[in-house]
Amino acid sequence: MQSTPYHIHISSKHSFFKLNLKEVWEYRDLIMLFTKRNFAVRYKQTILGPAWLFINPIISSLIYTFIFGRIAGIGTDGVPQLLFYMTGNAIWNYFSSCLTRNAHTFTSNAGVFGKVYFPRLTTPISNMFTSAIEFGIQMILAMVFLLYYMYFGAVHPNWLAWLAVPAVLIHLGVMGLGFGIIISSLTTKYRDLSILVGFGVSLWMYITPVVYPLSQAGDSIYKTWLLINPVTAPIELFRYAILGQGSIVPWALIWSAVFTLVVAVFGIMVFNKVERTFMDTV
Amino acid sequence: MEHISENRPIAIQLSGVKKRYKLGQIGGGTLQADLQSWWARKRGKEDPNTIIGQKERLVGSTFMALNGIDLTIYQGEAVGIIGSNGAGKSTMLKLLSRVTAPTEGDIDLYGRVASMLEVGTGFNREMTGRENVYMNGAILGMTKAEIDAKMEDIIEFSEVREFIDTPVKRYSSGMYVKLAFSVAAHLDSEIMIMDEVLAVGDMTFQKKCLDKMREAANKEGRTVLYVSHNMNTIRQLCSRCVVLNKGKIIFDGDVEEAIKIYLGIPDSHDYPVHYNLKDNERFFGRGTIIHINTFDFIGKETAVFEVNEPVSFMVNLDSIREIQGARLVFSIKTDEIRQIGMALSKPFNIKKGDNQTFVFHPDISALAHGKYCVNFEIIEEDSTGNYRSYDNPNARIFIQLENEYAHGIRWYRQYWDSVSFPEFEVNQREV
Repeated sequence: MQSTPYHIHISSKHSFFKLNLKEVWEYRDLIMLFTKRNFAVRYKQTILGPAWLFINPIISSLIYTFIFGRIAGIGTDGVPQLLFYMTGNAIWNYFSSCLTRNAHTFTSNAGVFGKVYFPRLTTPISNMFTSAIEFGIQMILAMVFLLYYMYFGAVHPNWLAWLAVPAVLIHLGVMGLGFGIIISSLTTKYRDLSILVGFGVSLWMYITPVVYPLSQAGDSIYKTWLLINPVTAPIELFRYAILGQGSIVPWALIWSAVFTLVVAVFGIMVFNKVERTFMDTV
Repeated sequence: MEHISENRPIAIQLSGVKKRYKLGQIGGGTLQADLQSWWARKRGKEDPNTIIGQKERLVGSTFMALNGIDLTIYQGEAVGIIGSNGAGKSTMLKLLSRVTAPTEGDIDLYGRVASMLEVGTGFNREMTGRENVYMNGAILGMTKAEIDAKMEDIIEFSEVREFIDTPVKRYSSGMYVKLAFSVAAHLDSEIMIMDEVLAVGDMTFQKKCLDKMREAANKEGRTVLYVSHNMNTIRQLCSRCVVLNKGKIIFDGDVEEAIKIYLGIPDSHDYPVHYNLKDNERFFGRGTIIHINTFDFIGKETAVFEVNEPVSFMVNLDSIREIQGARLVFSIKTDEIRQIGMALSKPFNIKKGDNQTFVFHPDISALAHGKYCVNFEIIEEDSTGNYRSYDNPNARIFIQLENEYAHGIRWYRQYWDSVSFPEFEVNQREV
């Protein structure tokens, strides 16, 4: 019998810098299936099925228009309010769902993780894809409104900047994923953080220019504060591309990119460390 | 340790593997409790989370589930792992299937591992059987193309073809298991790890699974690691057996030998012929009217017989009453666990008085070779056909039957078990 090419070495010692990304690539079919499952399972036995993907953003954008636009009277840099909230909502939901979905990776998958090995990182990555597809669907809806408003000359997208949109998506997705897996790694021992995530993320939205444009802060110190929030710069860039209105602040973009890189690498390192023995503590 | 160290390549190697678990609640449960304990220690005060009366916080105490395991398994071996609950079997499988990491030591796996610590892992109740096959296959490490290629075989083997496009939440537990087992069995893996998966599913399917696993080991040269409490499946499947006790390997080698050690059956040189049963514990008030004192095999030095050899024994008892038509029930188990049958004496009369001896000649010629554990009791039938037990001394009388041939052919216990019926007549039909 021939010796097999597969060799796995399991040691009690763990290297922090072994990220096992190659193995994740070998399980890419599993990532696809997990992504599919995330959708399939959610809309099984519902009447409206995937239509919920449209109903959600429409209703929340209408409410935002009513509360922030009409009652609070917050400006939108001249962008039609419904479109402004719809795109803001889509991009924010993308980021926040990347984060919240992954914040429970270990605790909610303990059943499967405890019985069989596969690269655990496939779960958060498929969650990120799920969020990206949901974002895409929400954007299809937003595009319909965009075309409508463009026809009346109410918006002027920066077409060249659209090239940056995929980069923004990867950027925000990786940041959300990084935060999510750090939280999920910590919650295997202390559950406190998982409670924090729920309201923490909704508060985070208010310190991010989602329901208002960054320009509302003027040139005050508040603008700098808002830009220290690493989500601000990419969202403004996104808005600049799609709606033609938004601030591009180079230092904030670089800061955000560096921040994301650190969070992601640190996240994966912690995640790989925790996945080895979390079954003993979860 | 005498194992088959052929010139085969190594499939699994464990060296100095230890696994430590913390006892009690892990962490304080909340960060607050942990900080509290830490702050109290810092100030030299008593830890507020200490359980009163205990020196140390429970968190401090640990438990070695595996305590230094060295084991080498070669390709194509089917190795059984047995041991009582808590011996470390599951922990070992968890380490091998990479669910959790060892505290100390190294593990080398040469080949892809298909582990089935529980069948149907990753099955999603809302998805159909077919969707779940893809899912489960991918979790176990197959690519979509590989699953596509094997889909027909998997469905065929699982026997649930009509339900393959129904959500698995509508499946019976048997169907669920059948489907899950077929996915794992059709995996292109060099190493299969199974934990009591056969405990579920009907007998026919269990047999099919065992055959499949045996085929995997014998024909395809895959390595099988199998944990079970069912000694018969271990016998049927494994060529080598490891006995674990308290996190250590206490035996590694021949299957029968391992089972004997696990069950604590005495060695063949001490099969005593004399048993003093006077002080054995009796249940439900037995032993008051009739009380059995001793049991002796007649005409033997040890209780080792040839198959078909006549067996005689005598029983000494006391009785405070006269009993007409008492009978002796001679009940036979294999390995102390599984009842295989009973031989009943003809009715006999017991007088009132102490120290009466009766001689019995049970016909146990139908038993094949092997080790048996015997108990007996004295009963009386009533008019309705029920019986009353006068005394049951809860004896553990071990006998061994030798001669691997029955009616001139070699007797395979793993296929035919323990009962060999008499040869029967045959004649050609006249046309």
